[in-house]
Amino acid sequence: MVPLHYYLIFSVLLFSVGLAGVLCRRNAIIVLVGVELMLNAANLNFIAFWRYSAHPEAMTGVLFALFSIGIAAAEAAVGLAILVTFFRNRGDIAVDDASMMKG
Amino acid sequence: MELAFIVLGLLTLTSAIAAMAMRQLVHCVLCLSVTLAGLGGFYLLLNAEFVAFAQILVYVGAVTILVVFATLLTRGGNPEVGVAIFSSSWFKGIAVAVLAAGSLLFCVLTTSSIQRPLTAKPKADVKMIGDKLMTSHVLALEVIGLLLTAAMIGAVIIAMPERPKESKVEN
Repeated sequence: MVPLHYYLIFSVLLFSVGLAGVLCRRNAIIVLVGVELMLNAANLNFIAFWRYSAHPEAMTGVLFALFSIGIAAAEAAVGLAILVTFFRNRGDIAVDDASMMKG
Repeated sequence: MELAFIVLGLLTLTSAIAAMAMRQLVHCVLCLSVTLAGLGGFYLLLNAEFVAFAQILVYVGAVTILVVFATLLTRGGNPEVGVAIFSSSWFKGIAVAVLAAGSLLFCVLTTSSIQRPLTAKPKADVKMIGDKLMTSHVLALEVIGLLLTAAMIGAVIIAMPERPKESKVEN
């Protein structure tokens, strides 16, 4: 069986790919996809730590991952709804044009 | 087991990089679905079958379709030739990502307390998960139900087209 390290290293790599996408892409939908990748990397960590824990019968990691999946689904729905509205108002969804609120 | 890990890891990581780097948005979303399915495979390797199937149902099924719909609704699927897909400060973003990866990898590789022996295959069937959800984690379950309802209503209200207000003025 693969040691716990390998899963953690893989999840670090997946997280950084998502982070690079969030920071570099112009299209807001791909930015949201990058956020999903980062959330999934965190989920993999929950499951890996659960599998290698001393008391896996407590199910903490599994339940945490399930709740995290639910929250990510809600986040994706609201985020994409905001993007559709933004596109309707501006005609474009490039993140560097989103400066209406002068942030 | 090692071979399955390596194959799944390569597939998942390659498709994740493709999802972040490809020009056509629809291709990006297809690569994303491969990544999410690969993560479901990882959950199966880790004996978390229920989470793996929830991953397939929620992510590969629902979230990917949602992203495809948003892509098509925003006409972003076909960017014009010559328009940059990366922001002008992309090198800073790459630098931050590499820095984050480096520091996290350093932490993972130098921490000795995470070198744990593998315990026997844990029992994680649906009945046990349901028992836990309905007893010790029932409050979190209720809260997430409330959150999903609020998110659903919120998404519908946000995406609803704004009506002109003249009908109220006439009355």
